[in-house]
Amino acid sequence: MKRRDSLKSLTLSSLGIAALSPQVALAEQRDLETQNPPETPLKIPGGRTKEEAIRDAKIAKEKFLTVAELATIKVLVDIIIPADATSASASQAGVVEFIDFIVKDMPQHQTPLRGGLRWLEKESITRFGKGFTLATKAQQIQIIDDIAYPQKAKPIHSQGVAFFNMMRNLTASGFYTSKIGIADLGYKGNTPNVWEGVPEDVLKQYGLSYD
Amino acid sequence: MFQIKEQPTVFDVAIIGSGAGGGMAAYQLAKAGAKVALLEAGGYFDPADPKYITQLKWPYESPRRGASNHRPFGDFDAAWGGWEIEGEPYTHKNGTQFDWFRSRMLGGRTNHWGRISLRFGPKDFKRKSIDGLGDDWPISYDDVKPYYDQVDKLIGVFGTVEGLDNEPDGIFLPPPKPRLHELFLKQAGKKANIPIIPSRLSILTKPINDQRGVCFYCSQCSRACQAYADFSSSSVLCIPAIKTGNVTLINNAMCREVLTDPSTGLATGVSYIDREKLTEHTVKAKVVVLAASAAESSRLLLNSKSARHQNGLANSSGVVGRYLHDSTGASRGAFLPHLMDRKRYNEDGVGGMHVYTPWWLDNKKLDFPRGYHIEYGGGMGMPSYGFGSGIENLNGKYPTKAGVMKEAGGYGSSLKEDYRRFYGANIGMAGRGEAVPDFNNYCEIDPNVVDKFGIPVLRFHYKWSDYEIKQAKHMHDTFEEMIHALGGVANGTKPGADTNYGLAAPGRIIHEVGTVRMGDDPKTSALNKFSQAHDAKNVFVVDGGSFVSQADKNPTWTILALSMRASEYIINQVKQKNI
Repeated sequence: MKRRDSLKSLTLSSLGIAALSPQVALAEQRDLETQNPPETPLKIPGGRTKEEAIRDAKIAKEKFLTVAELATIKVLVDIIIPADATSASASQAGVVEFIDFIVKDMPQHQTPLRGGLRWLEKESITRFGKGFTLATKAQQIQIIDDIAYPQKAKPIHSQGVAFFNMMRNLTASGFYTSKIGIADLGYKGNTPNVWEGVPEDVLKQYGLSYD
Repeated sequence: MFQIKEQPTVFDVAIIGSGAGGGMAAYQLAKAGAKVALLEAGGYFDPADPKYITQLKWPYESPRRGASNHRPFGDFDAAWGGWEIEGEPYTHKNGTQFDWFRSRMLGGRTNHWGRISLRFGPKDFKRKSIDGLGDDWPISYDDVKPYYDQVDKLIGVFGTVEGLDNEPDGIFLPPPKPRLHELFLKQAGKKANIPIIPSRLSILTKPINDQRGVCFYCSQCSRACQAYADFSSSSVLCIPAIKTGNVTLINNAMCREVLTDPSTGLATGVSYIDREKLTEHTVKAKVVVLAASAAESSRLLLNSKSARHQNGLANSSGVVGRYLHDSTGASRGAFLPHLMDRKRYNEDGVGGMHVYTPWWLDNKKLDFPRGYHIEYGGGMGMPSYGFGSGIENLNGKYPTKAGVMKEAGGYGSSLKEDYRRFYGANIGMAGRGEAVPDFNNYCEIDPNVVDKFGIPVLRFHYKWSDYEIKQAKHMHDTFEEMIHALGGVANGTKPGADTNYGLAAPGRIIHEVGTVRMGDDPKTSALNKFSQAHDAKNVFVVDGGSFVSQADKNPTWTILALSMRASEYIINQVKQKNI
C-alpha cells in the first residue's frame, strides 16, 4: 500500500474518525510526513529474497554506535590497518561503516565493543587526563602497545587485549572484503576463465609437476 | 470465506518436492508424456535469472560481507531456508539432538551441496551380509548401475576411471587439474599411504548439450550457476521438464497430506496450503510421488492418517520415520608454512575440491564398522567475513621475510604484511562417513506442536552410537597423519572423548536418509524395491527416505538413479495397467 492510501484508510477506518475536517486531516498528514518522510520503495537487490531485503534495510536504518564511538573506531582501525605503499587505510576502505553495520547485524559484538571502547576511554583519561581521540598519537600508541601483543601483555591489561583482538579481527574482515583490500591481497579470481592448472613457474618453484 | 480450491483436472502424477528426486521424476515422467503436477513448498528459482543471481558478486555487495549469520552458508549461498525456518519448528525427544536443514525453493537442497557425485558401490547395498549390522538393500549395485550410467550421461560428472574396490567408475568428463595445495596433498597421500584421486563432481568441464553451458571456473557452484554448468535440480531437471508442456509447477504449495480413497486405500491426490496466500487446495492425481526429503516425506506419510491407514500412509510396518541416519562428519584445519608468500594467480577452479580421498581401509582391522571419505579445501579463495581472523595465534610463530621472529598480534603496516604472507596457506579436511542405521533413531509426529500452517510437526530422537564416535576419532587421527605428511601445522587442538571427537551433530552434514526404507518384507519396510509403497501401489517415495543405508558417499547420485528407476517402473506399470 502507498503511504497516501494507508493514511486514507487510517483516518477513515482504524481511528474511526470519519468526520475529521479536511483541514485537520491535511495538517495531520503533513505532521506525519515530516515525522516519517514517505518511505522510499524497497529495492530488492539481485540474489536477495524480499524478506532478506526488508531485514537488511531495517538493520541499515537502526542506530547503535554513537558518533563518539565511531570516531574512536576510526582512529583504531587506521592504527590497525594504516595506508602504506600498497593500499589505502582501513577507514578509507569503508571499515568504519562496515563495523557500524555489523554490530547491529551481529548483536553478540555489541557489549564487547561498547565496553571495550569504554575501557579504552577510561584508560586514556586515567593516564593522560583526556579521552582517547583527544590524546596525542604517541599517547594513543602507548596504550595500544600495552594491548596489541597478547603474549607479552600484562595480566592487568587482559580485557584490553581481548578488545583489541576483536577490533583487529573486525578490521581485517572489513578491509580485506573491500575493493581496496581485495586488490591489496592480490586475489585474482571471481571472473570467468579457464583453469589449466598451476602456472609452470609456480610448479617449478615448488619442484612439482603434473606427470 | 474458508474453502478448499480444487484443481479441475486429474493429473497422471502429483510430485511433492522439486529437489534431486522430485526433479528427476518430473523430468522422466513428463518426457514420457504424463501430465504432472509438481508441488514445491517454496518459491520459483532459476539460476540464470538476474533476480536470483549471486554468482560473481563481490563480498562488499553484501553488507555483512557474506557472513553466515542469516543464510547458514553465507549471504551468497543459493539455498534459501536452513536449519531454522520462521514458523516451521521441529522438536526433540529426551534431550537428543537432530538439526534439520530445509530449503524451500525450486530445486530444494540441490541449491546447497558440493556437487560431489559418487555412486554407491556393490558392498554399500549389502552391508549386513558383510558386517552383520543394519540390513541389506533389496537391490544390488547391478540393479542400479544402468541408471547411474544414464544419470552420468544426462547430468554430467567429471572424474577418472580408477578401478577401485567399492568405488564404481562412471562415465566421466575430464576432471580439472589439481591446485597447488592439492598437488601437495597427493604427495602427502603417497607418504601416508592414503589415496588421493581426482574428485567426482557434477560440473560440466565439457559441453554435453545445447541447453547448458560449460564451467567457467569461478568456484561458486554453491551460488548456483547461471550457465547451468553444474547440477541443480531447477536448471537441469525442473525447468527442462516444464518446457515439455506436461508439467504444472505449483510453487508455495506446502503439503499437508496425501489423500486416499477410504475403500481402496489408494492415493487420490494431495492437499496443500499456499504458503503466501494461506488458501487451501487439493490436487487430484492417479499416482502420488513423494520427494519432499527423507524427513519431510515421512512427516507427510505420518500425517496422512485415515481409517484405512491408521498409522499413517504406507506405514503398516511402523518403520516410517525410523532408521533416520545422517552421514558422520568431523573436520580439521592446518597451516602450511611452506605456502607462505605465494605467487598470486587465479586458482578458483571448479566449485569445491579437485581431489579427494575415497574410503581405503579394511574394517576387519579397525574398531568401528563402515568407512568415510575425505574432502579437502584450501587455496587463494575470495575473502569473505572472517578473513584473517585469529592472526594473533599465527603471526608470532613464523619468521618474517627478513628471517626475524616477531611478537604475536600487533598492528600497522607490519600486520598488513602478515595478512598478505599467510593468504592461501591454509588447508581444511572434512571426513564424511557412514553411520549404522538404528531403529531407535527416528522422527515422529509431535502430538502437541503444529507449524504456522497448522500442520503437525516432526519430533526427532537421535543418538550417535560408539560406531560413529570411534569413526570420528579415526578421522582425526587420519587428519593429523595427513597434516604431518604435508609438513603442516594443525590448527587448534584435537577434539577428545568429551566432544565425541568432534563428531558433528546429526543433521549437520545434510545427508539424512532411511525414514521410508525399501525392502522385500512389508513387515519391516515401507517401500518395495521400486520405491513403491507396499500398502498403496500408487504411492512412491523417491528421495533419500527410501535408502536402507547411507554409504560413505554423498546420497544425491543414488537419489537421482533410484528416482529414475522408480519413474521407469511407474511408466511400465501404467502401460501394463497395474496402476
